[in-house]
Amino acid sequence: MKCGVVVFPGSNCDHDVYHVLKHVLEQDATFLWHQDESLKGCELIVLPGGFSYGDYLRAGALAALSPVMAAVKRHAEAGGLVLGICNGFQVLLETGLLPGAMRRNANLRFQCKDIYLKTERTGLPFTRKLREGQVLRLPIAHAEGNYEDFPEALDRLEAERRVVFRYCTEDGEVTAAANPNGAARNIAGICNAAGNVLGLMPHPERCSESVLGNTDGLALLAGAVEVARGAFSGTSGAAAGARR
Amino acid sequence: MKARVTVYPRREILDPQGKAIRDALSRVGFPGVEDVRAGKSFEIQLATADPAAADRELKEMCEKLLANTVVEDYSVEILAGDRP
Repeated sequence: MKCGVVVFPGSNCDHDVYHVLKHVLEQDATFLWHQDESLKGCELIVLPGGFSYGDYLRAGALAALSPVMAAVKRHAEAGGLVLGICNGFQVLLETGLLPGAMRRNANLRFQCKDIYLKTERTGLPFTRKLREGQVLRLPIAHAEGNYEDFPEALDRLEAERRVVFRYCTEDGEVTAAANPNGAARNIAGICNAAGNVLGLMPHPERCSESVLGNTDGLALLAGAVEVARGAFSGTSGAAAGARR
Repeated sequence: MKARVTVYPRREILDPQGKAIRDALSRVGFPGVEDVRAGKSFEIQLATADPAAADRELKEMCEKLLANTVVEDYSVEILAGDRP
């Protein structure tokens, strides 16, 4: 099983993700350049944080049109695992792999701090190691994390249980005060209908080792790695279809 | 011909930048400003001389790239002086 970390011009969390995959989880990992037209056999794809294409036009808008994203889209549509972190989440929104859009943080400030996240959906490849309602402490670092969509689209997202993480207090209460950026319904992370694509604003790769004082983020990548290893060593049709 | 595309945050959505600018305008002596929407403007030079074709193409540009219609509205205009 090979993990691919996509590098856009302006990505700056690519090496952090690579480090966690390669040295903490001890997986075969490689970088994929934005001009690559194939995913080189990678089965778990991570779109890292940063400022792809300098955030020109809109965060993620130009990265969404890069050659590698056409391959990521095919991979996702075939059931392959894709995780978008921060700017990677913005890229997934602009690509249309996830619904909605990001606006500037409501208070117009770049937010760089630890926040608490409530796990709303377990059982996904990325959340299978988490408990329903489990509260995680993760760092955020973004100026555009104010998630927005039409009210009926938000209702549909909720009805389909695709809100995976919400900003909350340390005790797991979802309150306006615990919302760092004004995101609709405190949404911090969502998945696609099939559950193989996840986007979230907080940075799990920055808190995946005890030496950093926090390992709350490790479960996400560890869960995805387990599923990718299991799925791709098996012979199920869906898994075979996702291999490319 | 030359065209201008303007992209604004949708009316229904809080525009934090516009609100901050409105508050700042009030501080520099314009208390009568009731609302500001902060958007983007693009001046686009097109090869075509056909305004209908240009209009169609500009709207397609907005849908595909220049605007994110989840949170933004857009308008297109052919700039005066370039009209046939």
